[in-house]
Amino acid sequence: MDKRDPFRHNVLTSGHRACSGCGEAMAARMVSDLIGPDAIYINATGCLQVFTTHNQQSAWQAPWIHSVFANAAAVASGIEAALRISGKETPVVVQAGDGGTFDIGLQCLSGMIERGHDILFVCYDNEAYMNTGVQRSSSTPHAVRTSTSPPGRLSQGKHQLKKDVISIMAAHHMPYAATATVAYFPDLKAKVEKAMGIKGPRFLQVLSPCPLGWVHDSALSVTVSRLAVETGLFPLVELEHGELTGVMRLAEQRPVDEYLRPQGRFKHLFNSKNGAIELRHLQALADARIRRYGLLDAETEWDTDRAMQSERHGRGGYCERRSHGS
Amino acid sequence: MKQLLEGSQAVAEAVRLCRPQVVAAYPITPQTHIIERLAQHVANGELDAEFINAESEFGAASIVLGAVAAGARAFTATASQGLLLMTEVLYNIAGLRLPVVMVCANRAIGAPINIFSDHQDSMAVRDAGWVQLYVGSNQEAVDTMIQAYRIAEVCELPVMVCMDGFLLTHTFEPVELPSQAEVDGYLPAFQFVRTLDPARPMTLGGASEADNYQPYRVAQHDAMENAQAVIEAFDADFETRFGRTGGGLVQGYRLDRATTVVLCMGTLMGAVAEAVDRQRDQGKAVGALRLRCFRPFPVQALLDHLKVAQRIIVLEKAISIGAGGIVAAELRAALQQAEMTIPVESVIGGLGGRDLTPAVIEAIFQQAADEKIDTQNRFAPDHSVNGEVQHG
Repeated sequence: MDKRDPFRHNVLTSGHRACSGCGEAMAARMVSDLIGPDAIYINATGCLQVFTTHNQQSAWQAPWIHSVFANAAAVASGIEAALRISGKETPVVVQAGDGGTFDIGLQCLSGMIERGHDILFVCYDNEAYMNTGVQRSSSTPHAVRTSTSPPGRLSQGKHQLKKDVISIMAAHHMPYAATATVAYFPDLKAKVEKAMGIKGPRFLQVLSPCPLGWVHDSALSVTVSRLAVETGLFPLVELEHGELTGVMRLAEQRPVDEYLRPQGRFKHLFNSKNGAIELRHLQALADARIRRYGLLDAETEWDTDRAMQSERHGRGGYCERRSHGS
Repeated sequence: MKQLLEGSQAVAEAVRLCRPQVVAAYPITPQTHIIERLAQHVANGELDAEFINAESEFGAASIVLGAVAAGARAFTATASQGLLLMTEVLYNIAGLRLPVVMVCANRAIGAPINIFSDHQDSMAVRDAGWVQLYVGSNQEAVDTMIQAYRIAEVCELPVMVCMDGFLLTHTFEPVELPSQAEVDGYLPAFQFVRTLDPARPMTLGGASEADNYQPYRVAQHDAMENAQAVIEAFDADFETRFGRTGGGLVQGYRLDRATTVVLCMGTLMGAVAEAVDRQRDQGKAVGALRLRCFRPFPVQALLDHLKVAQRIIVLEKAISIGAGGIVAAELRAALQQAEMTIPVESVIGGLGGRDLTPAVIEAIFQQAADEKIDTQNRFAPDHSVNGEVQHG
């Protein structure tokens, strides 16, 4: 492992306009410095693009391009093809938010992976459309308050579950797909380095807290993302050619309550009877993910039936039952 | 030596001669034969390029965007719905000033879904910032393709070569293909200064605000205006080297002392020329003008060719629904600006592949002579199977 200062490159330099405590800025700094300046970076539209290239100023000390929201993976495919035909081996790295990955960018991303382009796609997952003012995405977890999934008399926040994008990636049988967070830098570093040592399409989903959208103290970004892992809500996993090849096991499982309470986006769950139901669903989701990936006990087999029952339990929450008239 | 080639094959051969390094496309009728031929050339080792099967036209346009930004010459082709799906990226390519070249195999737009030729697709993206050149034959498709890369790369503007679906793409015509050495002599290797390169890191496509956005559009518009001279000069150079013109900005037909002139685009000129011949045989002073370059809109070239006309009929295969003829409206504005008071009749026809035959066009000449065309828009009469011109 390279023992030198991982931030010596300063690929994403200071002076950009991210909010204080921005998890995406932290994650992008870590990832881009680990990869270094001898790479071409493609950015989807989103917070990272806006706060790093504002008004003819750029915080990037590496070649960087932004085209439109949905096409980052396709632009990268063209860049990679151009490099390949010219015999160049410059690494190609896409950076996108969860909107540009889970939703509007998913088709281009799937095409990029299916064609086997030699590209690392990094999703900085802050679980909503933060750049446009915190609207829900398909990455937004169940029961979260956003401006388009507001709690109200008939609702406890987002009705649906967070899309399981890492499984979608793995279903492409791509060489490498992994999850990480800003809370575990050595883990993130190992995954970026592993990804950069593999040819072909690679995918990294980095949970990146957004103090503004998650409504937590900006000093808590690292703490909150660590709790997402320790509660089992955001498992750290690695998948190679569709097979689970690595998980970060937990010494103990912390109750989801500890993760949810510091975040205003879950506040509505803590003062109502229906909210209490959703809290139990969120705990069930965490339990299911822990079982699915065997996060607590190395000997635990993934019990598909039990885990999926639990996932379904989570899905069949208060809001959906109401909509079916029960 | 001339070869008998389908329009798609002919233009694909021209693309091969331009040595693109990245070809990306998504299949859509009537464009598919073009990329199928290029895929075969790559598979046979006859074209040293990466052939990328995109997951959509949106992806295809984005792939060539990336390829050109990384310094490669690139090609894509599409039509109709595919062009509309590309629209967001087309604007972006132009805004980034990337010299992408593509073929639009002109086809109608749904609904109702229709695979046959008109110009509604490329006209829908007329404001995207692309040079648009409409070709009238397979030979012109070949020649215009070769010119397109040179125009694009010198002007740093994307170029769309518009060729009528089926009428050209699926029609065999004798075509003269230049040699590789001749094309290499005409079209220099692509050297892009704003390429993505770690040795010279650059930020492309950053955000801008109210104080600096507009100058980008002004620069694009200026570059488009300046492209008129470049298009003419490169066509003239082409004619010197190859003995053929691609059609410059506009191309006249029997305009000598013509008092009534039909203005049209693309293959329509074939039927219009036939109708003009028949009218001339009857001693009528009619002529025709083909608008080869629609973007940039060549105002001066049009006025130079139309100054003796007493009546202009703009016959176009597209409509701005709720406004009418697009070329007609732009021509009226140009004439008004130049204080030329020539009546312009707008006739829309050929939508969704409906035939505009010489007989129909002769009928339109007659309607114009009888002053039966409304000053507002109207549609071309239909041509029924028994040869009688029907209205509606």
